[in-house]
Amino acid sequence: MTTIIRELLSKHGGLPVSVDQLKDADDLYEAGLSSFASVQLMLALEDEFDVEFPENLLNRKSFSSIAAIAEALSQITEDKQVA
Amino acid sequence: MDMQTSLLDRLFASGLLIETGVDGLYGRSGKFEDVIAAFERLIETFGGDDGAEAIRFPPGMNRAHFEGSGYMKSFPQLAGTVHSFCGCELDHMNLLQCMAEGEDWTKDQQATDIVLTPAACYPLYPTIAKRGPLPAGGGLFDLQSYCFRHEPSKDPARMQLFRMREYVRMGTPAEVQDFRQLWMERGQKLIETVGLPVHVDVANDPFFGRAGKMLANNQRDQNLKFELLIPVTSTANPTACLSFNYHQDHFGSTWGLKTADGGTAHTACVGFGLERIALALFAHHGLDTNDWPAPVRKALWGA
Repeated sequence: MTTIIRELLSKHGGLPVSVDQLKDADDLYEAGLSSFASVQLMLALEDEFDVEFPENLLNRKSFSSIAAIAEALSQITEDKQVA
Repeated sequence: MDMQTSLLDRLFASGLLIETGVDGLYGRSGKFEDVIAAFERLIETFGGDDGAEAIRFPPGMNRAHFEGSGYMKSFPQLAGTVHSFCGCELDHMNLLQCMAEGEDWTKDQQATDIVLTPAACYPLYPTIAKRGPLPAGGGLFDLQSYCFRHEPSKDPARMQLFRMREYVRMGTPAEVQDFRQLWMERGQKLIETVGLPVHVDVANDPFFGRAGKMLANNQRDQNLKFELLIPVTSTANPTACLSFNYHQDHFGSTWGLKTADGGTAHTACVGFGLERIALALFAHHGLDTNDWPAPVRKALWGA
């Protein structure tokens, strides 16, 4: 999952640094992720994983690191399976 | 809703506002304007000695600047563009025929270089960036403009064309955050001076769509926007009459606005919704300004 997240982050994140240099736990906002880029990344993730981020996950925290995004996505896909 | 309609009806009946047939588009009487003028003078007693550079833009802005601002990313539903007839004589005949037959004559109107100003400070950032880096200590500006937002409503506090008075600060993060803090305190004092109940709360802009929900949450999480709320048509949903916004480096990086030492400038603004404040005054103190409490009259008119 993190490979795909990294790929989409590299495409939509508009980061001034290469995604390869970032660790999973690194703060993406500190790395230069803007609010608009995080929205574009969110939409790309939804498209890729065929999910919809619920309102409670549409916040800065969910997109603060690659690990946080993976965590949010697993939460959504888990909920989806339960439903 | 009833309460909203009734305040609007009372404003029409008293002649303070004049109906045009379009929700949110109203004429203003001399009395209404007198209140706005008096309140603007009161604002100046608080902010007039800060040395702000006064600039007045018309209520339309350069379309290229509007496009560059990113407004359409966030609020496409609120924007108003100016379109005009740019055709030949034959096109004119077709247009008149269309109108005569009650068909849509606007579909061939062409976009002009002008967009209606969505907030008083939007034309300011590219204008100041063009001057070059800010002087040491940054910049402070005093603006007022009619603004347009496409949100027709029976709520008199939600007009489509309304005036916004603003002070805008540009400089380092510390400079602009100090400015915002100063105005959050001044704003409450100012509104208390005219006998209105105030409440300040963290807020978000009406970003469009589901993606906008995320932008709104981000804005709240970072405490970027505060509003001073006053009950106007409802006590449960008070109206935002002043807003205190910290844009971080959004406009600075969008327009290449630099501080004296070459860093990207941060910006903040305090905005006064002038019609909303006037409506709050009328709603609380009555429709006849002669009957307003003496301290309120004294604060506004000195007697």
